[in-house]
Amino acid sequence: MIIGLDVGGTNTDAVLLSSNGIEKKIKVPTDSVDLFNTILSSFTQLLDNIDPKKVKRVVISTTLTTNAIVQKNMDPIGMIVSAGPGIDPEVFRTGEHYYCVTGSINHRGREKAPVNTMEIEDIAKKLKKAGIEYVGVVGKFCVRNPSHEILIKRILNKYFKKVFLGYRVSGNLNFPRRIATTHLNAAVFSLHKSFFEAVKQSLEKKGLTIPIQILKADGGTMSLESSMSFPGQTVLSGPAASIMGAIPYATEKQDAIVLDIGGTTTDIAILVDKAPLLEPVGIRRGQYKSLIRSLRTESKGIGGDSVIRVIGKELVIGPDRHGPAMAFGGPDPTPTDALFVLGLMKGGDQENAQKGIEKIARKLELTDKEAADQIFKKCCTVILKKTFEMIDKLNSKPVYTVHEFLEGYKISPRKILLLGGPAPYFAKKIKELYHIETDVVPEFSVANAIGAALARTTCEVSLNADTEQGIMTAHEEDFAEPISKTYSDDDLIKTAHTLLKEKAISSGADPDNLDEVEVIEFQKFNIVRNFSPRGKIFRTKMQLKPGLIKGFEKVLQ
Amino acid sequence: MLKAHHKTGLVFFPAFDWAIDPTHPEREERLLYTQDQVTEEGIFDISGIIEYKPDIVTARDIQRTHFCVPDEKTITTESHLISAGGAKAIADAVLNKEVKNGFALVRPPGHHSMRVSHGGRGFCHINMEAIMVEYIRSRYGIKKIAIIDTDCHHGDGTNDIFWHDPDILFISLHQDGRTMYPGSGFPDELGGPNAKGSNLNIPLPPGTSTEGYLYVIKNCVLPVLEEFKPDLIVNSAGQDNHYTDPLTNMNFSAQGYAKLTSLLKADIAVLEGGYSIEDALPYVNLGIILAMAGLDYSGVIEPDYNPERLKQSVSITDKIKKTTDLINSYWNQRDRLRQKAGSVGDLAVRHREVFYDTDNIFERQKEKVRVCRDCGGCFEIDSTATPGYHILAVHIPINACKSCIEAGYKFFDQADKNKFDKIFLQDRTKDTYEIK
Repeated sequence: MIIGLDVGGTNTDAVLLSSNGIEKKIKVPTDSVDLFNTILSSFTQLLDNIDPKKVKRVVISTTLTTNAIVQKNMDPIGMIVSAGPGIDPEVFRTGEHYYCVTGSINHRGREKAPVNTMEIEDIAKKLKKAGIEYVGVVGKFCVRNPSHEILIKRILNKYFKKVFLGYRVSGNLNFPRRIATTHLNAAVFSLHKSFFEAVKQSLEKKGLTIPIQILKADGGTMSLESSMSFPGQTVLSGPAASIMGAIPYATEKQDAIVLDIGGTTTDIAILVDKAPLLEPVGIRRGQYKSLIRSLRTESKGIGGDSVIRVIGKELVIGPDRHGPAMAFGGPDPTPTDALFVLGLMKGGDQENAQKGIEKIARKLELTDKEAADQIFKKCCTVILKKTFEMIDKLNSKPVYTVHEFLEGYKISPRKILLLGGPAPYFAKKIKELYHIETDVVPEFSVANAIGAALARTTCEVSLNADTEQGIMTAHEEDFAEPISKTYSDDDLIKTAHTLLKEKAISSGADPDNLDEVEVIEFQKFNIVRNFSPRGKIFRTKMQLKPGLIKGFEKVLQ
Repeated sequence: MLKAHHKTGLVFFPAFDWAIDPTHPEREERLLYTQDQVTEEGIFDISGIIEYKPDIVTARDIQRTHFCVPDEKTITTESHLISAGGAKAIADAVLNKEVKNGFALVRPPGHHSMRVSHGGRGFCHINMEAIMVEYIRSRYGIKKIAIIDTDCHHGDGTNDIFWHDPDILFISLHQDGRTMYPGSGFPDELGGPNAKGSNLNIPLPPGTSTEGYLYVIKNCVLPVLEEFKPDLIVNSAGQDNHYTDPLTNMNFSAQGYAKLTSLLKADIAVLEGGYSIEDALPYVNLGIILAMAGLDYSGVIEPDYNPERLKQSVSITDKIKKTTDLINSYWNQRDRLRQKAGSVGDLAVRHREVFYDTDNIFERQKEKVRVCRDCGGCFEIDSTATPGYHILAVHIPINACKSCIEAGYKFFDQADKNKFDKIFLQDRTKDTYEIK
């Protein structure tokens, strides 16, 4: 049996799955002040009358780090940034304890200016004096050559509890995002560590001694141990959980849209052949940009509880929420109330809902039913419009080779999968309006917990080889080996594959779930100086795709 | 987080799978390190910088500018079409006012491609900027356009295409043709009889540094632009004036390029040459992008930059000042020069020889242009390529007067089919292209 648990902003959902399907599902309100207690009581309910020895897998998704960011409840940490030529690194300042230092590495990974060890010692002492316990170190082009970061860490080790290095975050280039991501990892580390150590101990007391897996923003899992180095990867795992929960109902070799209609917002994601699309670089949320691998989602401020207003003669829905629908005692009319008026939803205060919609109807000079219908239609069209914009954007993404330009894959979804409370009511309407197959995901109210339970381990490696310099490197994995002039494409792919498997296993992957490997980037260049070839540069990125572990998908259908 | 001063569009098309041949300077690796630098700097995350996908140009787009012999398909590859399409995509973004300005970082380059193109010369097969400019004129009806070519080689292709066009101001700054491919671009090359002075060629002595380069911009290019009052400014942004470029002998720097960009205030920049791919391009391109977006570029300095070593000698400074004065005097006399070039209705004849170094083709041209005060004048080019074809190409300019339209059709109708392999008519007034 396996367990998936998703602590959301409002509710916490958990499921216990066996080879027969769902054994148990629970939904409890989240106590945002005491997430620990919420998790524990969920496990107590779930494991009631169950032998904990039968549980083979536990995956947890929480809002712990997301909340810490939103509430700005993070530890003050030190940041040491080494930039070299380019944009002034002061622009990327993360907080008070932020130091830009000398030293520079260029795009080929060559040292252009050395580290000044005295300067680092001085900063270390200042940080120590300010009571700083954790420090992040980020160098420009450290993914090409991390020696400066490593040297700086060696100096800092004796002063601080833990030092986080930029080159371990991701193999991707993007200095500002690397600074933000390293900062995040360092700033939520102590919170993440104490929280999950407490969870682990309590679960052990209940007899659950198997390793715990943590859900990441890319819809994959990592072991609790790996999460200690990269706690930032747990942000926004909630939306990822829901999307993963829709995968069993997508069709092979087809594209599908996933819409998770919540109270305040609707999350939109795309599945291509049952695999969710990823952000090309990392999480983006408004101004915040990182190198954290994440599912590609768009959010629209429309949900079942969005406030409805009439501005001029225009119907405006959301993006705010002032509480539940009037049918459930809320203050303002909402799309949910419209569903009551249309007779689609029952089990609340019908009269109150009617009252709310009436106000809107009067302003629009329509009957209540007409107004409700217009509201409902508008919700669907706004959400779908945003969805189609997202698809257009994906289809017009820049390409860097002639081959890509001519062979570019175009996303054309054939199906919409709906999740969230109001999903069943929306399905029919969307189908009617857009003539696209629209299905409600069975068990949609706990699909997020199912998604967490079934998510497999994901990871990515970047491997570069440079035959002019005679070396292949995957710095993120602390891997470097000499290579010969006859190094080939096959050598590169073989090494990358081995590295990926090792990384997956050490992140807690089940060896039976390692076959969904994908080469996401492969480039090869001749290095030419003065009209003669000097060598070749090879670059590849390989990933273990997000997807579901084997053996459970059938029982869910 | 960083926010651009105004919206700037970028097309990045490094054509990572296209090269002239494996060891040629114009090869796959050329923009690799630029891409690395730009990506590492997080350029595409800056609010206000928008990345566009390149478009692909069609034969129709090319036919507004070139006479491709025997046809478009034979002398181009997909990468040429996408590279020109990159410039076109940026033009659309700028002219639809989605962005204030834009930079197409595309390859292969195009500024050595002339109006008649029998193949590749100077690594160029078709002219990206010219195709873009003609597209802009047809699609958006913009009349006056200035093209400032800051590649270290004379932009002889663009120069040739707009040679007779008084509505296009073409200025090329380049290393002196006596020391550099293609060996042309001297101050007295001022354009055809109807467009004298709307082509300005400014040769710079080898060893010109940032100081000298910016002197010309401030004392010649900007005042001329001020007077010409273009509706649109295009920069052919070659980057081979850099002190590390292996093919040239100039001493320009990344800071210089960024300053040049903020002085010129081009609406559209299109990448041309530049072959110091590791030591110059990453910094130069970064500087240009930041300058276009109105962002601080003061930190964009090559790791080995040493201004003392790059200082230009007094004699170079003197030479540059003299050239600037000469160009300014030509510009001020342009009306008189046009008057002197012939009387209306005359046919001015020009003989030329063009060598296609990339494809090893030798071309002889005999050109006849109708002298006109009302428009650029129609012209015909009798062109023989060895090896290759013998063709006649007739061009009627976009703003042609009635007499030049009539004269153009007469050229075409009277041409003897037995004498030529192909006879082309490019009527820009109707945006048509005919072959007989």
